[in-house]
Amino acid sequence: MEDISLHILDIAENSVRAEARLIEIVLAREPGSDLLRIEVNDDGRGMDAATLAKARDPFFTTKHKRTGLGIPLLSQAAEQAGGSLTIDSNPGRGTRVTVLFGWAHLDRPPVGDMAATVLTLIAGHPDRDYIYEEREGEHSFRIDTREIKNDLEGMPISEPAVLSAIRDLLKQNIRIRE
Amino acid sequence: MAKLTIADLKKIKEQYHQGLREGGFRAKITVHMGTCGIAAGARAIMNTVMDELAKTGLKDVAITTSGCAGLCSQEPMATIELTGEPPVKYIALTEEKMRKIFAEHVKGGKPVKEYALVAGHETTY
Repeated sequence: MEDISLHILDIAENSVRAEARLIEIVLAREPGSDLLRIEVNDDGRGMDAATLAKARDPFFTTKHKRTGLGIPLLSQAAEQAGGSLTIDSNPGRGTRVTVLFGWAHLDRPPVGDMAATVLTLIAGHPDRDYIYEEREGEHSFRIDTREIKNDLEGMPISEPAVLSAIRDLLKQNIRIRE
Repeated sequence: MAKLTIADLKKIKEQYHQGLREGGFRAKITVHMGTCGIAAGARAIMNTVMDELAKTGLKDVAITTSGCAGLCSQEPMATIELTGEPPVKYIALTEEKMRKIFAEHVKGGKPVKEYALVAGHETTY
């Protein structure tokens, strides 16, 4: 993966396949620390302890294929940049993936285009809801598709004009990119 | 929370109701968004599809994403389904190829054979 935003898209796509209705993505540069904290939280079907124990194994997958590389790749990228990846999950109660990257670490990939990641999720699965939140110093930005859908009064969020407006909103407000 | 402005929404809603579609979708575009697809550039393909949809103003095209199709070395991939036609799988996509597929297959109804792997489950181009 070229950047962190692509890893996040991959992890959030896992949430979609786990039948999550609400997926929350948080990026935060914690004050007073050199860490970038990323959370992907979902209300999907979750994992039992046995499945969770194998989630970092690249040759384990719940899908009909031979490999499951998403989590191992992100875990490796985080560890190479002085960080870590943890997963909390319970059957029926969803999953929380927390990833830390050393912000100033030479091996940290760039954050990349989070606007494209959020827009791809909304366009690809408009029936789900998403929260994107970022915090960096005094700056904070939050978007919640449940509120946008409420304002749209029945018009689909996947309508191209709506997606274009959301793209502009994301591009104007997302600052954690480097 | 950051919101779309009232003016934005009012304009979009007016335009939507003026061009209200009838019935269901004529075409469905599925961009394969597994780990392999994402690493190979599937997000850019999805963004290209969204751009083309916005530019052409087509009202009868649905877009979605799916997981790994099991042909990781051929990613990025997309499947185009037109009503009454077998689905066509396109492989090794670039933004330029996707724009051509959108114009000729999604809009024009004619598959772009040189970029296609397979139609339906049997015919191989």
